[in-house]
Amino acid sequence: MTVSKAAALPDDRGRFGEFGGKFVPATLMAALTELEAAYRQARIDPEFRQRLESLLHHYAGRPTALYYAENLTRHCGGARIYLKREDLAHTGAHKINNALGQALLAEHMGKERIIAETGAGQHGVATATVCAMLGRRCVVYMGAEDIRRQALNVFRMRLLEAEVIAVDAGTRTLKDAINEAIRDWVTNVETTHYLIGSAVGPHPYPMLVRDFQSVIGREARAQILEAEGRLPDYVVACVGGGSNAIGAFYEFIGDETVGLVGVEAGGGGLDSGQHSATLSAGRPGVLHGSLSYLLQDQHGQVNETHSISAGLDYPGVGPEHSYLKDARRAEYVAVSDAQALEGFHLLSRTEGIIPALEPSHAVHHAAQLAATLPPEQIVLLCLSGRGDKDVPTVAAAAGIEV
Amino acid sequence: MSKDRIKEKFNAIRQEGRPGLIVYLTTGCPDLEATLELIPALAAAGADAIELSIPFSDPLADGPVIQESTFHALAQGVTPDDCLDLVAQVRGEVPDTPLILMTYYNPILSYGLERFAQRVAECGVDGIIPVDVPGEEAEPLFNQCAPRNVHLVPLLAPTSNEDNIRAAVALSSGFIYCVSLTGTTGAQNQLSQRGLEWLNRVSAHTALPLAVGFGISRREHVETVGRYAQAAAVGTALIRTVLDSPRDQVVAQASKLVAELAGQPWPASGGTL
Repeated sequence: MTVSKAAALPDDRGRFGEFGGKFVPATLMAALTELEAAYRQARIDPEFRQRLESLLHHYAGRPTALYYAENLTRHCGGARIYLKREDLAHTGAHKINNALGQALLAEHMGKERIIAETGAGQHGVATATVCAMLGRRCVVYMGAEDIRRQALNVFRMRLLEAEVIAVDAGTRTLKDAINEAIRDWVTNVETTHYLIGSAVGPHPYPMLVRDFQSVIGREARAQILEAEGRLPDYVVACVGGGSNAIGAFYEFIGDETVGLVGVEAGGGGLDSGQHSATLSAGRPGVLHGSLSYLLQDQHGQVNETHSISAGLDYPGVGPEHSYLKDARRAEYVAVSDAQALEGFHLLSRTEGIIPALEPSHAVHHAAQLAATLPPEQIVLLCLSGRGDKDVPTVAAAAGIEV
Repeated sequence: MSKDRIKEKFNAIRQEGRPGLIVYLTTGCPDLEATLELIPALAAAGADAIELSIPFSDPLADGPVIQESTFHALAQGVTPDDCLDLVAQVRGEVPDTPLILMTYYNPILSYGLERFAQRVAECGVDGIIPVDVPGEEAEPLFNQCAPRNVHLVPLLAPTSNEDNIRAAVALSSGFIYCVSLTGTTGAQNQLSQRGLEWLNRVSAHTALPLAVGFGISRREHVETVGRYAQAAAVGTALIRTVLDSPRDQVVAQASKLVAELAGQPWPASGGTL
């Protein structure tokens, strides 16, 4: 199976191969069409593009650095490891790229009110930040369990005058927050833009989020060519819904020599059932508007998931990742909670960079991978966010109260 | 060819010159035995057709009441096969009442569309309302349902544009399910401010009867709907009653509500309480 030219997907039905589509209640169909039309117009509108580029530069701090992690490389004793420093973007993660893009679109469409879901709180913070700057009302849905374990980000959102609504259903994590955000959107669709934070949901969201996040790979590709005069051998990124990964991968999809590796949350191990490794252990199904791999039981009920990182604790995944997996263009692996903690400490200790728990999964895998490769090879790791928010979780895992 | 209960029922409603009443039950709430008792009782109390859910873990088009009933059913382990078997079991008791499955897509996708449509037909289900499968995505399911004479009923909403209406109508048979409001399922005191004028946009595309659901909880709503459409669908108000009634009162209380909604005297003549 060959991978269609990246730019050609999704097709006009919102499909990446068989994956994607628009599986939503009828009430939302026209809004999805409106959003797609607004986006297709905006992305060729010089004024819109210039405004977004200006904000990405002056407000979000782009381009983010590409850093040669010399100490980590020496520690692993193999391929050279580069970090794409999305942790240095404003608000501390890649989420700001998409939040800015979609908020400008919402403004363009005249939507007064913005809603979002959040898991780790990074997308909620990014959305609340952009709404504060643009003067929009902002409501963020967050699972009650995530509110507990990401308290710092909850307070940040409230400082930014966003309304944070706790969701008590199900496992009280990201999936349940998305259900509730969709219910809000169904009810208030005419005044409200739903600013989805990952490359999931009905068409056109997976395309929209990918395009706004593809700045990561576009910059990284130019930066690595500048630094090394060649492309990397691997691009490694963590995958929950998959927005930083698709953003990092997209520009490289056509470069056949570049291996793309997505790292999922293996939690307590794939055999334990306590994980969020959708592409490693799921099968295709429909959740939150699109057909994609899904963690589900034999009756099609969506499984409860687990991960130490709230941002990866999700039973679905973006449809383009499902496509890349089945087309064998990208490979997806799982890293456990314990291994992610090792990655967290390893990068903190060797490079003085405290990563978020989400990309700590990718750090662990990239370190393992680099150790098996010769020194002339290059591993490019997307460091999607910084770890301040996770310090209490990491301390608790070590039995320390902070 | 099996008889077309939906068509016959709507013809009868039209001849009687009254609004039809469709009621919704969450299968397995409070338990499967209760659902088995409720179906013939509600048909006797004045329900023209009955929607039965296949409980799904993530009911994102439903408000709090139907969510609660769904989680209650799932906690008891209700499966898609339980729902299908229940229809087969009760079919003979309500030979003329259309029984329609209202479901999210994933349980039936997981079952296998062909296998599901086959079982649906065997069990005597008359139609399927797929909540999160708009006309634009309904073709694979339609292709399995149509040859087996199972009606497919995609939903439409006040926000539906002409393209959405055309896509839904192209694959609909039996009737068209129109949502009265922009929102999740849930009882409202008043019908949508926007009114029901938009139903005329749907009628312009199809001769099929229209049913209107979401937010309907009183007899007066049913009568209002009757001015624009052929039937009203009631879910949340009925489920609220089912959830709030002591187990031994569930059937009686639900039947009483349905009789009120149908504008029938209660207790029904010859019925006992």
